[in-house]
Amino acid sequence: MKKSHIEESIFKALMYFSLVLVAGSLGFIMLTVLIKGLPALNLAMLTQTPKGGFYLGKEGGILNAIVGSLYLATGATLLALVFSLPLALFLGTYARRWRWADYVRLSLDVLWGVPSIVYGAFGFTIMLALGMRASLLGGIIVLALLEIPIMTRAMDEVIRMMPFEIEGASFALGSTRLETAIKVVTRQMLPGIVTAILLAFGRAIGDAASVLFVAGYTDRMPTSLFRPVASLPLAVFFQLGTPFPEVQRRAYAAALVLTVIILAVSLGSRWISGRLGKYTIK
Amino acid sequence: MIIRSQKGEPLTTTRSSGKRSNLKNRQAKDRLAGSAFFLISIVPFVILVTLIIALLLRAWPILELKSIGELLTGRDWHPSQGKFGFYPFIIGTFWVTIVALILAVPACLLSAIFLSEYCRPKTCAFIKPIMDLLAGIPSVVYGVWGVVAIVPVVQAIGPRMDAMFGYIPLFSDTNPTGFSILAGGLVLAVMIAPFIIAVTFEVLRAVPDGVRQASLAVGATKWQTIKYGVIPHTRAGIFAGIVLGASRALGETMAVLMVVGNVPTVPKSIFDPAYPLPALIANNYGEMLSIPLYDAALLGAALVLLLIVLFFNVISTLVLRHIIGTRHV
Repeated sequence: MKKSHIEESIFKALMYFSLVLVAGSLGFIMLTVLIKGLPALNLAMLTQTPKGGFYLGKEGGILNAIVGSLYLATGATLLALVFSLPLALFLGTYARRWRWADYVRLSLDVLWGVPSIVYGAFGFTIMLALGMRASLLGGIIVLALLEIPIMTRAMDEVIRMMPFEIEGASFALGSTRLETAIKVVTRQMLPGIVTAILLAFGRAIGDAASVLFVAGYTDRMPTSLFRPVASLPLAVFFQLGTPFPEVQRRAYAAALVLTVIILAVSLGSRWISGRLGKYTIK
Repeated sequence: MIIRSQKGEPLTTTRSSGKRSNLKNRQAKDRLAGSAFFLISIVPFVILVTLIIALLLRAWPILELKSIGELLTGRDWHPSQGKFGFYPFIIGTFWVTIVALILAVPACLLSAIFLSEYCRPKTCAFIKPIMDLLAGIPSVVYGVWGVVAIVPVVQAIGPRMDAMFGYIPLFSDTNPTGFSILAGGLVLAVMIAPFIIAVTFEVLRAVPDGVRQASLAVGATKWQTIKYGVIPHTRAGIFAGIVLGASRALGETMAVLMVVGNVPTVPKSIFDPAYPLPALIANNYGEMLSIPLYDAALLGAALVLLLIVLFFNVISTLVLRHIIGTRHV
């Protein structure tokens, strides 16, 4: 065999190895969470709020955190959608050939890279200035800030993939840019838009660093926008930080619940976008 | 198709006044929506500027008292005595990030090359969801994995490395817990891997196929084509991708915080604990209002972190724009 072929085989082997390493880490993580979390998981964990002495290993569950996380992520996703969808449509239709669009994309990319702890600290300073306390509303607003760049850029990307002919056909029929954006682009790109929304939802529900400051933590169920709210990532974090093995086991269970939610969102988005794909022009 | 309101009438020749005002109406709506959209498109800039200004304002009390150089190079962190030196934290942040990059980059580059050059569409379709999932796992779950699986491993290999390479300060182990820079770096490496792979993959795909065909046509093997044809084309892009990955790693909070040990000293070995900036902010938010200047110092730390991340992020984003356009990766 020639030297060049030997080199090729060596590097190919290394490539396979790297890929197995990366994919294997996913398996390793999933397996760890499953092995640690499954024995600790039971119905009481999912259906009860913490009782007295919960953090010493007594009775109770993490229902408050599950519900709190769903509230936070749903509220933030809806709030982010209000900004993201018009912004993405603007970039894809009105500003299609404007230089301004590139600057907006740049600003979104930069915002996307801002660490979530900085968003948290920022939200905290704003809330101090306004005299607000840690609350569900604060958490929703900060998570929405985190979601806007992710959601907008993901939507923008699918809108840019749309063939211009479809838009052109709509313009040729005499419709305005607004009508094209709402009635043609949105419908044609619905699967991609839904995927973007669920992607952002997944990011929001898993983010701990930003809600640490602004949403607080509580053992009660969320009842008001102006009260602190528990969240799953923080439930994992706080419980793992205690010295009691009983409580740490619950952290594993909470991590498993969080992972299952993320997996469900991810698989769900594939399924939904597949279903919605029926109503688009291929 | 989808536009039902038109019914195919030619718009400009419609003379009836009702239709005409309808058109005017629609055009007015179009312009109004345009202005509203434009206003919304300013929002990202507003957020960015407000972020910086708000942090600067809150950090101002400490910036007024101490020079920036003093804060950035000070080694003492004793908030109750009014000593706020960011140096150990900044250095800790970079240590963890660099270890993560050293561990992640070779495997990521090889994976990206495989995905873009060798892999059949079917295999690719199988790998993509794996990367998406890996990128979607919440950082606390990475943290749990780190505590349960990585820290004990580091704890076990630490003394062995120390026995073998202990004469090199970088590998000496004086920390029996396993909560260390290496543990943080390992967890972080897995976290940024899907990200670096995605960017590098896009960069490699942006190389024109002509380059590959020309090289193959003169009898080069596939690997030679990649080594001498494709990679020289993409050096800047790959570098930018790595820098973008680094900017992600710098700001990562929870997973690192959980495994890195959080001791505010200047580390000397990969087995030493460190205390990165994000961990500092996250750990002390509770008591920061009880000690004078503490909140200003912590929000100053957030500002320093933001500026470091923005620096890396903006540079790499601008380089990548030249190479792969404004594609979202």
